Amino acid sequence: MSEILKVKSLSKVYGSKTNALTVLKDINFSVLKGESVAIIGPSGSGKTTLLGLCAGLDRVTEGEIILNHISLNELNEDELAQVRNQNIGFVFQNFQLIPTLTALENVQVPLELRGVKNTMEPSIALLERVGLGARKNHYPSQLSGGEQQRVAIARAFSNNPEILFADEPTGNLDEETGKSIEALLFEINKEKGTTLIIVTHDLELAQKTHQIIKIKGGTIIH
Amino acid sequence: MAWRDSRKSRGKLLLFIASISLGIGALVGITSFRENLMDEIDGQAKNLLGADVSVRGKAELPDSLFFQMSRLSKDESNEVYFASMIRFPSTDGTRLVQIRALEGNYPYYGDIETEPRRAAQDFRIAQKALVDEKLMLQFGVQLGDSIKVGNISFEIVGKIQKIPGQSDVGSSVAPVVYIPLKYLDETGLIQKGSIINYITYFQFHPDIDTTNVFEESRNILEQAGYDVDNVEDRKAQTGRAFRDLSSFLELIAFAALLLGCLGVSSSIYVYIKSKVQIVAVLRCMGMQAKEAINIYLIQVGFFGLIGASIGCLLGVVIHLYLPEIAKSFIPFDIQPTIYWPAIIAGLVIGVVTSILFGLLSLIGLRKVSPLSAIRFGYESLKLKLDLPFFTIIGSILIFLYLIMFWQLKDALDALINISILLAALALLYALAHGLNALLKKLLPKQMGFVWRQGISNLYRPNNQTVILVTTLGLSTAFLAMLYFMQGLLVDRVSISGKNERPNTILFDIQTNQKEAIRTLTEEYDLPVLQEVPVVTMRLLEINNQTRDQADADSTVDLPKWAFNREYRVTYRDTLISSETISQGTWQGKLKNPDDSIFVSISDGYAENLGLNIGDQLLFNVQGALIKTYIGSFREVDWRRVQTNFLVLFPTGVLEQAPQFHVLITRINQNDVSARFQQAIVRQHPNVSIIDLELILKTLEDLLSKVAFVIQFMALFSIGTGLIVMISAIVLSKFQRMRENVLLRTMGASKAQLWKIIAAEYFFLGGLGALAGLFLAVVFTSLLGYFIFEFTYVPDLLEIMGFFFGITALTVCIGLLNSRTIVRQSPLTILRNET
Repeated sequence: MSEILKVKSLSKVYGSKTNALTVLKDINFSVLKGESVAIIGPSGSGKTTLLGLCAGLDRVTEGEIILNHISLNELNEDELAQVRNQNIGFVFQNFQLIPTLTALENVQVPLELRGVKNTMEPSIALLERVGLGARKNHYPSQLSGGEQQRVAIARAFSNNPEILFADEPTGNLDEETGKSIEALLFEINKEKGTTLIIVTHDLELAQKTHQIIKIKGGTIIH
Repeated sequence: MAWRDSRKSRGKLLLFIASISLGIGALVGITSFRENLMDEIDGQAKNLLGADVSVRGKAELPDSLFFQMSRLSKDESNEVYFASMIRFPSTDGTRLVQIRALEGNYPYYGDIETEPRRAAQDFRIAQKALVDEKLMLQFGVQLGDSIKVGNISFEIVGKIQKIPGQSDVGSSVAPVVYIPLKYLDETGLIQKGSIINYITYFQFHPDIDTTNVFEESRNILEQAGYDVDNVEDRKAQTGRAFRDLSSFLELIAFAALLLGCLGVSSSIYVYIKSKVQIVAVLRCMGMQAKEAINIYLIQVGFFGLIGASIGCLLGVVIHLYLPEIAKSFIPFDIQPTIYWPAIIAGLVIGVVTSILFGLLSLIGLRKVSPLSAIRFGYESLKLKLDLPFFTIIGSILIFLYLIMFWQLKDALDALINISILLAALALLYALAHGLNALLKKLLPKQMGFVWRQGISNLYRPNNQTVILVTTLGLSTAFLAMLYFMQGLLVDRVSISGKNERPNTILFDIQTNQKEAIRTLTEEYDLPVLQEVPVVTMRLLEINNQTRDQADADSTVDLPKWAFNREYRVTYRDTLISSETISQGTWQGKLKNPDDSIFVSISDGYAENLGLNIGDQLLFNVQGALIKTYIGSFREVDWRRVQTNFLVLFPTGVLEQAPQFHVLITRINQNDVSARFQQAIVRQHPNVSIIDLELILKTLEDLLSKVAFVIQFMALFSIGTGLIVMISAIVLSKFQRMRENVLLRTMGASKAQLWKIIAAEYFFLGGLGALAGLFLAVVFTSLLGYFIFEFTYVPDLLEIMGFFFGITALTVCIGLLNSRTIVRQSPLTILRNET
């Protein structure tokens, strides 16, 4: 299997030289295509920053990130956006659905941004896959937390991403709902053959992945 | 708690403060200006008239009547004034001016301000004249040069800078030349039939209460056909002249305040919405809903006070500036003084407005569940249409009515004005809803995502479409209406200046000069478009009833001027193009001298006097009594540059009566006009020439000055409108921020985001402009029809200009305001979670 993500000597520093805060330091790891990886660590250890950098949401201070054979360092904002649209899916802790769009419209968005003509059928199919076919015209405020996260999962897979980033996807849900969301995420991930990178505090969840990256104080510990 | 809570979010209240500041600024500025103006009118009332009493008539005051006033006075002055041509021999310039021939010590109060100062006294004792300063400048004339008035020349000894009661604009229309009264006869300008006004000014003894005797004397003089003015009359006249302007400015200021209220309402809504989570947490900790409301009520009241204070400062600045720009049409100097009641009222109105409009959003906090603190969701501020809500709405309406009443001092006027403004708002609100619904229905499904997303934002949940369209609409309506009205009024006076229409009127032509002037006109290759005889007369009886009998008869309600005025009448056997018979039959010729005389009167005159066909009118034609009957009513187009008359006689009646003539021509070239006028003045010094082009230019100048004052104040409405618009855009910005960051996270390019935002604001601006323009066209048509009596035909080009201008402005403001949205790093989406 080929490498889909390679992180080389990554450092991230916030603030000015005199008041610098090093969040991540000398991070190295790689992820194979189809693999699932968990990033774990205590609060404030830099997990979310690492996820954001890998997904091209922010820029590294030092080092390099290569995603699907593309070096993110050399891309401008719009090129990064294009990479995200064509390669990446996201699932967030707080679901982050667009409140003014219905469930179906939320799922359609990544495809529409890509310029796909027929977005309706695949989006409805995905909503049905996550068990919300009947709620497609409901707004996020009319859905429960678990249902919103299902819509978010459907949206994350709608553009058939190579790699899916999930930031504590069950962190805002009760245990039972969390388990079902977790199961759904892994199931669809397997069906689609997507690479999964998941940030979590849940060690049980992390155990289900192929690789676990432990972070503490901004560095990987083994 | 109120203070602590506001620490981190005071910046968010800037728009709220700006809204209240502009609204209060406009209100305080206009109110102070109005009160200052009225105070000055009170303080300078005597200077406006220059005397305690003036008696004006078409004939010299006979001794018997002179005694009526002179028995009360300690001094008197006489003035004869009339329009006449003058000539400056040094430059050969000619111009129609107002000649004032003065004798005595007038003015008793205030001064004829001249340069040199003593000239105002010096000219009275020799063959000397005072000439309007601008007129001298215009013709390059210096002190010491001469001015020819009729047959004789006067040495110019002073430049007139200010005359009691006359504005700069007034002196531009009819520049004044003062000469001593004793030389008037020598000028040869007083001829039979000439339009001459005689005024006698009286100065009363300051220590004697003349009230009762004065009123008695006034009645006697008015019965004899003289106009009597005292200081109180002049004060009332001047006050009336500025009441309409100040009422209109007050309406604009009120509109600015109303828009400010919308701004307050929407910005507090944004602020309170951002506090819902905090309130939920506080409620979890046991805080009661009313305590939570009180926290924010204190904040709103406090920041309202800050906004109102800034507004008051702004109002004072406006008040200092307004007299400066309005001075050319105000006949006295205004010394701006701070008007404290307006400032106090501004502070109170600012705070109460903030609290009342703030309460509209704050009562939504009652419904915030403590659960919102636990369950992250999309909890928004919900307004419930219950009793407290309607109580606040009712209080707001009453409060707005009280402000309007305070401004207009008339209960019914206040009710009408506030109803019009609220109806306009309601109409805009309905239009905004209707257009939005139409857009939703007509939106093509196959449209590209970017456009569809932008347009869909207009009707999706939490949209700001209605408030933005209403605000934009009201601002647009004001701006467009002012522009349309100004254009129409200027057009209306300009129309007669077009090349094809008459533009020069010669009047006061004596019968023996008629042929010579006609010949002279033709020598200059100028067309004689109309030549009309004019006979002056007075009305003595209507249906055998004299003025005294009509006054005593309670069933007759005639205007005072019906018997008092001097009628200028013509005779001819045919109608002219500006006249059509609306009732009765026109008899153009009296066949036998013994036949009954049937005159034709204008239908407006008939309506004012309640006259009918067949009614009898008895005229006094300079001593000869002529009994006539009303044979027909004529509809007269008074706007045509023609000599139009209230009363038209048939031929065969007035041919031998003392009369003068009017000749109308058209001169297309300025140099021909100047040479022709010089020739007329040299050969026929008593004949006056009205150059309509000059009058139209002066009128346009006056209109543009008034329009500037109105536009200056309208800027406050528009400025407040823009603030409200920005605050509404900011309100939607927080909404859009999250969505756009999400879109960015999912791969939207900057260009796509810009297009979505541009599409949304294009339609918002377009809908607002459309609604506002609709309202402006309706209001302009109504004002035109009911007030100015013309039909307004919308100009599509102007409307398109406004539409695209307002839309472009909205898009620009929207895009400028959205820069931070597009620049927001997608990482914030993760940061918000941690």
